Amino acid sequence: MTSRRNFLAASVAALFSTSLFAQSSGYRRLLVLVELKGGNDGLNTVVPYADDAYHRLRPRIGIRRDDVLQLDERAGLHPALKPLVPLWEARELAIVQGVGYPSPNLSHFRSIEIWDTASRSDQYLAEGWLARAFAGAPVPAQFAAGGVAVGGSDMGPLAGAGTRAIALTSPEVFLRQARLAKPVGAGRNSALDHILKVEAGIVEAAARLDAGAQFQTEFPRGPFGNAVRVAAQLAANPSGVAAIRLSLGGFDTHQNQPAVHQRLLGELAAGLAALKSALLEARRWDSTLVMTYAEFGRRPQENNSNGTDHGTASAHFVAGGRVKGGLYGEAPRLGDLDGGNLRYAVDFRSLYATALERWWGLSGAKALNGRFDPLDILRA
Amino acid sequence: MLKLVLPLAAAASLFAGAAGAQGMGAEDARHLLNRTGFDAQLREIDEFARLTRSEGVERLLAGTHTQARTPPPAWAKAWTDPRTVRRMGEEERRAFVRLQVERGLELKAWWLAEMLATPSPFTERMTLFWHNHFTSSLQKVRSPPLMLRQNALLRRHALGNFGELLHAVSRDPAMLVYLDSATNRRGQPNENFARELMELFTLGEGRYGEQDIKEAARAFTGWSIDLDTGEFLFRPRQHDDGVKSVLGRSVRTGDEVLDVLLAQPATAEYVAARLWREFVSPQPQPEELRRIAAVFRDNQYDVRAAVRALLLAPAFWAPENRAALIKSPVELVVGTMRQLGVGVSDPLPFAFLLRALGQDVLSPPNVKGWPGGEAWINSSTLLARKQFIERLLRVDETRMAMQQPAMREKMESLKPGARRLMQAMAELHFSGRDWLAPFEGREAMVPLVLLAGAPAGDPSGSGTDYLRALVADPVYQLK
Repeated sequence: MTSRRNFLAASVAALFSTSLFAQSSGYRRLLVLVELKGGNDGLNTVVPYADDAYHRLRPRIGIRRDDVLQLDERAGLHPALKPLVPLWEARELAIVQGVGYPSPNLSHFRSIEIWDTASRSDQYLAEGWLARAFAGAPVPAQFAAGGVAVGGSDMGPLAGAGTRAIALTSPEVFLRQARLAKPVGAGRNSALDHILKVEAGIVEAAARLDAGAQFQTEFPRGPFGNAVRVAAQLAANPSGVAAIRLSLGGFDTHQNQPAVHQRLLGELAAGLAALKSALLEARRWDSTLVMTYAEFGRRPQENNSNGTDHGTASAHFVAGGRVKGGLYGEAPRLGDLDGGNLRYAVDFRSLYATALERWWGLSGAKALNGRFDPLDILRA
Repeated sequence: MLKLVLPLAAAASLFAGAAGAQGMGAEDARHLLNRTGFDAQLREIDEFARLTRSEGVERLLAGTHTQARTPPPAWAKAWTDPRTVRRMGEEERRAFVRLQVERGLELKAWWLAEMLATPSPFTERMTLFWHNHFTSSLQKVRSPPLMLRQNALLRRHALGNFGELLHAVSRDPAMLVYLDSATNRRGQPNENFARELMELFTLGEGRYGEQDIKEAARAFTGWSIDLDTGEFLFRPRQHDDGVKSVLGRSVRTGDEVLDVLLAQPATAEYVAARLWREFVSPQPQPEELRRIAAVFRDNQYDVRAAVRALLLAPAFWAPENRAALIKSPVELVVGTMRQLGVGVSDPLPFAFLLRALGQDVLSPPNVKGWPGGEAWINSSTLLARKQFIERLLRVDETRMAMQQPAMREKMESLKPGARRLMQAMAELHFSGRDWLAPFEGREAMVPLVLLAGAPAGDPSGSGTDYLRALVADPVYQLK
């Protein structure tokens, strides 16, 4: 308990140290990224149900007009997203349509790399956009970590040398194992440097993490529900983390999409609803911003296998206690496709700029390699 | 740190002296064996140390084989027509799915058993290399027999001819399912296979256009599976017989597309670069890479020729490239168990361990396979690696501890996978003293055998404590 108090005292002191305050007080606000791995079908997530072209393009896998959860006279949610309706009604859910980038790449790996590194389509960057942001404006030293990748083995936007980022499946297991890490000696090649840096990150994080809060909230069963529980535990941790990345996989629905997509969106919605509930318990809902992302959306025209092939622009969710709910971006223009795919309306880096500038109060230009207009979707 | 470098070098030169001037010596032998296999034991290192580098490479190549030694699971040839599955009732189907999951695990255990026992670790490393190149996943294919057949195909061609392998893999039933070729039909092409064929199997990203993919997909229409037998079947009525233009060449059939791709210099360069990253260093040297790609092409895609050129390239032996690659989870787990000589009766739990470490064999994360390199190591996987190694060196203590009632209770609270791993570990035997016995009088060889380079820390102690300190060093994660 004394050590906890010491940490709190340290963090209060840190808040008053002007240089640190100027740099990074914003990181008390948490960013939770949810990756929809495989490329989520935006058109069957936020359905342009009033558009005849939609039903023509998707005679078999289209969501019927009567089944959508209507948001307005044109757009509706997939019925499996019902758990998100309370967020929508509370005006805490922003839906950004048409998120993409110029000269889209249709390969999973290249496109997620573009999203993770916030690069142009023809530019190859080695570091994740959050890693770059944290390298430019360091996360306070008393934080347990800059970012935490929950579950999955890739670090995504947190990959890179300039940040203290860790991956864990649960705080309990992490703390039990952390004694095995001993960052010793100096690196002599990039492989060893990397290992030593990871060891050092473990030691630092372990000194500041607790085993995790208990919640009244019931989390959905399954890996995504577990990841949401871990995210809530990390959010409740007193020494803080700036960003958490969760992922839900399986969205590459080339075949038999309806059943698979229904299940995945159900897991996503139940998970996000549970996250809100737990963050309310932890009094962190107002200081948390949740954003979904994915490498791409899917092609408007359904394929012959009851599924959809790789596409371009898609709809994404932004949720949180300070979000101004509503529809943003641009409804899909199905009559004006580009080689069978949607044209984008909102650059994905504008979403990132929103997080960097409006949420954390940083300059986005450096981390994003250019100026992108943030969206006006947050309340002060 | 210096004080540890010296004995290493001393041991190596001492050994080279004993072996005669032309032998490559222990340090080189270790490098060759561990880069191409699973952590070698002292006796294997001694054997190779007497050979020249060139002789060592030839010995490795000569030792490869085209078939696994471990007998395949009894259901290897079982094929279930998916139409019968569709006709099953709810309960019967659930039982069927459960059976497939169990067989999938059995298959992973079977491959692990082969890797643990094989006299040619190089064969398995190459099979694994191709598995990571021509990926397919049980997750999507859902047929363990088809995945087993693909694994046999990859092993058969592992050091054969890349062109033949490419043609064979393109009609491999597991691949047809994995990349949706089976639903690629005339008038309704599915581009999945055509795209990955160019991006990941042959040319590499950015060396083709979207139109090439569309055209190639048409050429592969009709490549399908016989639902009665699970064998490849060409369905002429689903094939689009029109002329397609791929990379500026006019073709009609899928095989012609493959030949167009094989004729591109980019294909040899791309595959050679992947081999380089697997065996030499994270960053290929452009000029050397071009040379090796040319050898590959001039030898009509003979994989042996490419591998021989790669393993004899100065870069492979260069000091700056030693201990510069991170062991994959398979290399760490299989390598450690082989090197420490622990016999494993039930490899299945170690398949679960590999999943936790980020390399669930036969279930790669996506068609690009495992990215590898530094991506193997984050805080979660590094801790899991260290825990595995530590437990392995303490199996005797664990076994005794497991007799305690408190420990038994704790075991009960574990998830079934973790419990089974604990039990499997407890059945292993390892004695540091026995393992160290052959090093009598050659103590300086101990760190040389265990570590790919000088330790990062300052491992000290004696006997088993010293062993523990060495394998806990970060350099143990490198090869």
